[in-house]
Formats: sequence, structure tokens, C-alpha cells
Amino acid sequence: MTAAVTGRRVWRTLWPPLLLAVALIAGWQLVAQFAIRDAQVLPTAWQVVSAGWQVRGDLWHNAVPTLTETATGFGLSFALSWLIATAMDFSDAARRAVYPLLVASQTIPVVAIAPLFVVIFGFQLLPKVLLVALATFFPLTASLAEGFATADGDAMRLLRSMGASRWQSFAKVRVPGALPFFFTGLRVSITYAIGGAVFAEYAGAENGLGIYMQQMQQNFRIDLVFATILVIALLSVLLFASTYALERLVTPWRRFEAPRAAVRDRP
Amino acid sequence: MNAGGGYRLEVRGLAHEFPRSGQEPLRVLDGLDLAVRPGEFTAVIGPSGSGKSTLFNIVAGLDRPSQGTVFIDGHAATGHSDQVAYMPQKDLLFPWRTIEDNAALGLEVQGTAKKAARAAVRPLFGEFGLDGFERSYPAQLSGGMRQRAALLRTVAMQRSVLLLDEPFGALDSLTRTQMQLWLAQMWQRHAWTVLLVTHDIREAVFLSDSVHVLTSRPATLAARIPVDLPRPRTAQTFLLPEFARLEQQVLGALGTTSDVP
Repeated sequence: MTAAVTGRRVWRTLWPPLLLAVALIAGWQLVAQFAIRDAQVLPTAWQVVSAGWQVRGDLWHNAVPTLTETATGFGLSFALSWLIATAMDFSDAARRAVYPLLVASQTIPVVAIAPLFVVIFGFQLLPKVLLVALATFFPLTASLAEGFATADGDAMRLLRSMGASRWQSFAKVRVPGALPFFFTGLRVSITYAIGGAVFAEYAGAENGLGIYMQQMQQNFRIDLVFATILVIALLSVLLFASTYALERLVTPWRRFEAPRAAVRDRP
Repeated sequence: MNAGGGYRLEVRGLAHEFPRSGQEPLRVLDGLDLAVRPGEFTAVIGPSGSGKSTLFNIVAGLDRPSQGTVFIDGHAATGHSDQVAYMPQKDLLFPWRTIEDNAALGLEVQGTAKKAARAAVRPLFGEFGLDGFERSYPAQLSGGMRQRAALLRTVAMQRSVLLLDEPFGALDSLTRTQMQLWLAQMWQRHAWTVLLVTHDIREAVFLSDSVHVLTSRPATLAARIPVDLPRPRTAQTFLLPEFARLEQQVLGALGTTSDVP
């Protein structure tokens, strides 16, 4: 594929959301400037961006811990999901034991547990990491477990006829077959990741975008609250987009598959 | 237990039942005998539901029969899959592996290093009409090419018996005929020992040295029809009066003719 073709494809993906974003921002600007006319209630888009730009040092300084928490928590969640999903695939008893608890873990209201985590684990990294992991590991584990289970029975028989061990069948058929499912789960869970970290900071932290946002709210700097939200949204979109880049890298064969097959696993 | 007679593959007194809840067990095979000499191309044909797949799975060592024994080169090999290479009906090429990695899978699973396995399969690509497609993914290949790649994977395992389960069943009729001609040619060169399960009379007669006709369920051997058509088989073979006579004979043994007034 030539660079020009790739560029055109990227542009084709990007222009509709860009156009919509520009339209929404223009609408916001108009409403704030001519209808509300009170920066304490709704600052204009331009006020938000220029205020954010002035404190870019603070925003960056607070974004780093949030990103660290997100990355660490997500790493933990990633490792846990592979471990648990693999155990579930190898042992039916493990599957039956773990699945209900997995589902139950998702019904824990984060609002309730975040302050508890702070009380138990303190103001440092740990409670945030745990909260990010809690918020993200279910979609990852569930999509992986489902992905493993879709391995074709005939394919498993073929491997068995070749003399493959259970582990070989797992590594050579079930894992690669599960990857498209895994990436779907990854995209769902990565949108929770930064949000989870921000929320955990809200419950108590020394620095981070969550606590910064709270401080700005208390200082009546609504423009900076909005600027922080903008940064969080941008980071989430970047993370989300990076999953597509990673997917292309890890599953290079999928670009040759028929489009119908490629969308089959989307929720 | 030993079997003589110089057969590469021999199946004796094969019987198989599937348990059914609240009913008599379903008897699928009922004392089936079958013998294939080294380098012989043998077809098994039978009405649908006659237990062809069951027979196939037993010979492939994937299932154990209720009764009976499978011999390979005179040695009991029931329930062992290490001497039979199995080519399933669907090509089952893995979409995430390139064609050469798919072809090398059997060797890899048996412990050959990935590089060595690739090197071992690569020389076969020309003969299988897949030159230049080593690094392609299955999704980039046509149906016929995929089927040839699946056969390549089967042959590359270097096992003594090839078990082909309706290998061309999913192809359109033109491609299927081309594949049959190609397979006949390949067999001519390599003299593989092949057990072909099919429901295509034309295919069975064209490719085989003998056709085993199964009865409907529970299956026993209805007839063993030797096919003495001249080798090598080519497109001309289809035109021989002898070919039509053999087709009729297989049809007769299947009991189909008596159903038609």
C-alpha cells in the first residue's frame, strides 16, 4: 500500500468526526457568547482553550500521574485478563467458579468503592491502579474467554490428528483466533481506563487531572474545569485510536479478510 | 494382534455406536472391513448419514470404535493418529498464518523448529501450483488454491496414509473437476496411499483403484468394486465406456437404481 493511499484512507476516516466536532464547538461558542454570556456558567470554547493554554504546564504536570495510573492499572488488568481467561479455557471448573464472580465484580459501584480504596490503600498510586484495573478487566477477560471458545471444533480435531498437545492447540489456534475479539474488548475497556483513574483521583489524590479538576471547581475556574475535561477526552481518543494501530500491527492478516468477516466481531 | 497380507491400512470388524439418552444406542457402523495396499488409491462412498465420517474419525485415530481394529502396516493402531494425515472437508487453513506457515503447521506441532519446517515445505509449493504464494494469507487465495494448500499441509506431514474427507466438496463443479485431474496427476507421481471419503460417484471412480460402497446405516460393506481404468487418468478417462459402466456399477451397489422406476 502506498503512502498516498494510506493518507487518503486516514483522511476518509477522520473528516466526518472532525467536521462534527467543529460544528459542535461552533454551536457551543455561539450559545456561550450570545445566549448565556456568563463565563462562570458556560465559558466559550475560545475562553476554555486560551485558559487551558496558559496553564499548559499545570495540565501536563497533572496529566503525567493520571497517565501513569492508567497505564499501570491497565497493565495489571491486561495481565489478569490473560491469566484468568486462560485458566477458564483450560479448566471448566475454573470457568464455572470465576465467571459469576467476574460478573458480580462489575456490579460494584465505583462511586462507592473509590473512597474506600483511598481509606484502605492511601493517597498514592495503588488505589488508582486498582480502580482502573477493576473498571477495565471485565471487558478484557470476557472478550478473551469468548474468543478462545470460538475456536472451531474441526480445527481442534485437525490439531489433535497432527499430534498437538492441549497447550499447542491453545497457543497455535485458540490464542490467534481470539485476538480480534480481544481487540474489541480492549477498545471497550480503554475508554473506561482514563475515566477510572480520574474518578479515583477525585476521591483523594496529591496530583492528577481528577484532583486538578476538583481544585479548579472549588476556585470557580469553570474555564479550567472544561479545559481539563478537554484534555481527558483528547487522551481517551488517542488511546482508543492507538488500539487500531496496535491491532493492525498484531493481526496483519485481517486487512485481507472480507469486510463482512472483519466486522463480525464488533458488538 | 497382527494382520498380514501386506496392507498399509486395514480395518477389521469395525463397529460403532453412539449412546442416545432414553433410546437404543445409534449403531452407525456394523462390522466393516476395509483394506488398502501401499500406494493404492481407495475411495469410500455411501449414502449420506451412512457413517462415513465416523469411519473417517476412527481411522484418523480421533475416535475409538466400539468394536474392531485398525491396522497400519500390520500393527494395531486403533486410537492412534500418528501415522495418518488427515485432510478435512473444510480447508481449515488458519487465517493468521501465511500459506507456508499453514503448510508447516503439522511439522511444527511435531516439534520441528519453525524455520526448518518452513524450509521443508517450501520445495513442495511449485508442484502444488502455489509458487509465489508462500507469504500470502489464506484470504488472498481462491478456493482451489486453498484446497491445494490444505493438501500440501497434509502431505508435508509425511505420514504413511492420507485420509481425504470430501476434499473438493465445497468447490464449484468446474474447479472440482480441475482439482480431480490435478490430484490424479499428483498421485501418479507420488503413489500416496490414499483413503478418500466422498459422495461423488464420478470422483470416486475417476481417482481410485477400488471403490468401497457402504450400505445405509448401520453401515457394512455393500460392495468392493475394483477400478481397472488405465493409468494415468486424464480428462479422456471420463469418456471411456468403461468409466460409465463403473459409475453404473457403483450406483447399483448403492441401491439407488432400484429406487428409480
